[in-house]
Amino acid sequence: MAVKKERSAKRVRIVNNTIVHISLAILAVIWVFPIAWVVLTSFRAEKGSYVSTFLPQSYTLDNYARLFTDTTILNFPKMFANTLFIAICSCLLSTFYVLAVSYCLSRLRFKMRKPYMNMAMVLGLFPGFMSMVAVYFILKALGLSEGGLIRLALVLCYSGGAGLGFQIAKGFFDTIPLAIDEAALIDGCTRWQIFYKITLPLSKPVIVYTVLTAFIGPWVDFIFAKVICRANADYYTVAIGLWRMLEKEYIDSWYTCFAAGAVLISIPIAALFLFMQRYYVNGMAGAVKG
Amino acid sequence: MGIFKKKVNDFPTPYTVKAAVADGGVDTRLSLLVMGLGNIMHKQVAKGIMFLAVEIMYIVFMVTNGFHCLAMLPSLGSVEQQEVWDETLQIYEYTQGDNSVLILLYGVATVMLTLLMVWIWCGTVKSGYKAKCLEKEGKHVNTFMEDVKTLGHENVHRLLMTPSLTFIFGLTVLPLIFMICMAFTNYSKIGNHLVLFDWVGLDNFKALFDSSSILGSTFWSVLVWTLVWAFFATFTNYIFGMILAIVINRDGTKAKGFWRFCFVLSCAVPSFVSLLIMRTMLQPNGAVNVLLRNMGWIAADSALPFFTDPLWAKVTVIVINIWVGVPYTLLQLTGVLQNIPTELYEAARVDGANALQIFSKITLPYMLFVTTPYLIATFTGNVNNFNIIYLLSGGDPVVDLSSTAGSTDLLVTWLYKLTIDKQYYNIGAVIGILTFIILAVGALVTYRNSKSYKDEEGF
Repeated sequence: MAVKKERSAKRVRIVNNTIVHISLAILAVIWVFPIAWVVLTSFRAEKGSYVSTFLPQSYTLDNYARLFTDTTILNFPKMFANTLFIAICSCLLSTFYVLAVSYCLSRLRFKMRKPYMNMAMVLGLFPGFMSMVAVYFILKALGLSEGGLIRLALVLCYSGGAGLGFQIAKGFFDTIPLAIDEAALIDGCTRWQIFYKITLPLSKPVIVYTVLTAFIGPWVDFIFAKVICRANADYYTVAIGLWRMLEKEYIDSWYTCFAAGAVLISIPIAALFLFMQRYYVNGMAGAVKG
Repeated sequence: MGIFKKKVNDFPTPYTVKAAVADGGVDTRLSLLVMGLGNIMHKQVAKGIMFLAVEIMYIVFMVTNGFHCLAMLPSLGSVEQQEVWDETLQIYEYTQGDNSVLILLYGVATVMLTLLMVWIWCGTVKSGYKAKCLEKEGKHVNTFMEDVKTLGHENVHRLLMTPSLTFIFGLTVLPLIFMICMAFTNYSKIGNHLVLFDWVGLDNFKALFDSSSILGSTFWSVLVWTLVWAFFATFTNYIFGMILAIVINRDGTKAKGFWRFCFVLSCAVPSFVSLLIMRTMLQPNGAVNVLLRNMGWIAADSALPFFTDPLWAKVTVIVINIWVGVPYTLLQLTGVLQNIPTELYEAARVDGANALQIFSKITLPYMLFVTTPYLIATFTGNVNNFNIIYLLSGGDPVVDLSSTAGSTDLLVTWLYKLTIDKQYYNIGAVIGILTFIILAVGALVTYRNSKSYKDEEGF
């Protein structure tokens, strides 16, 4: 009787496992399918946006080549350079802001602390681009809305609110034992020294996380770039460029190039993301705890 | 309730403005007028001169620009741009008219600057009074260099927070106040008020709440859809992500890393790319319809109305949001799941609990407890989720041609259309404020009652 029960339990487990694996496989196909389709389309030799067959009939590398050689209408290399520049600058600025603010909120107790945290929460509830029109007017009043200064304007936009996104880094700093700080204080360290000599070296995962999210933010942003750049095609970022390729007047000739561009800008992000994955899980867990 | 807690001052100090006025003596009272005088008279010359310089700069600014900006604020300008015939040059010349937008912007900035000045003023009075008291008691009064050094230790938060706060006030708070002001003006294309406009009080709110007008009825339908969308988008993602995380994490599942990789792969594609791809795939002649036709599931010339039928469109965006959002939820919940102490599970198994009981009595309560702040954040994020609607459906399909919103437009995308496309800035601002109020009420009540807020120090 016991043997029979054990055997049936084993059979239930096998059946369960098979069902689980089959459903996971189906779901995985659904999730990977659109990505595979874009990769295939980026190598498609037939022109035009809509074709009557699902899989490409012939393959080519021309789409990638055209992105970098045909700069008459949509200057992809230039957009790429713009995006890289903006992303690096705002990444540096916002990383500093995030780390500095979260260190203060996590480690120090001062009068403005709670008010600041409440303010950050309240500001977070406003629709992000509600202020966008106003930001544009402000940048215009500062003379940053024309020419090469557009790049600076975008950097300011992307890093401006960074100090409000302290939750994850603060959650991480909260988990570093206070005893270390106290020991350092007794040894005569100042708070500033504790920040850059102790806390920062101990926080590599969250620094990596902050740097990468700060870098990816401007890389994939679309709305702000579109409002700030308007018709200045010289300062377009990659996101606007790709979006334009799908507009009515370009879609027929640029559709496969769009796919190629999408693949190209996804590769660095995919690499970063894979690299970041373990930090991501850890970082988030810390944030939820705090 | 816990919302209205008694205010406790955690940082008591004897050096307040009140005390300074009450028993500060002549020099402190004089420094109410001449900032920094108290410091200069009590050995802190450099600090006092800096305060004085700030005061002089402020006065100069107010005399040259500030008072003019403030004076224009109530009327918002009334001089129209005019054409004047210049006899000598034989051309029309344009005289500079008033620009209400700039008047409002500079006015708001001046008001903020004045508030900042009041704050600095309080600081100087306190600082002067403190220097005086310390000197009287025979204690050490910090020299300027010593004050600078405190920035590295006791006052390091000033050093670290100031740059970021400056940016936040300039690029987040000032624009927001400016936009909120717009909600009370008639700044819009209607009636040609794009250069000169006036304060209209609560008229815009009235127009929006009047459900018999087109604007009003659009508002209510968009509001309902926004809430429905946020609810479904949040909970479908949460439930689906949790199921997936549990299934991948369970003991019997082989190749956990591989499955996770398959789902996480879609995070690697930037969301605007994957949304644009989805949009093209679901067009009447897009890849999905082609595939269905090739397989013979639908007739050769028909297409599924993903974005052309209102109901289909609504379901489509929710389903695609699952595709976009679940990998993130999966990542986050995996971390939380792995944090659940395994002893709890062992104890439950010893007690003879089955899988369902373990889930409902251990896993779910634990997850809900830990992820409540995350759920609130996701819900607000979804109410404000501009990208997915704008890039996916663009608010289409538009059923009622007289209204300014399509049937999948959220409050935020409607806001975008009203401000950027239609230039109804005032109505856009009103919608922004209402979105904020809806979110704030919900979030504040839940958040302040949640354990992670009350027990923040307890961690």
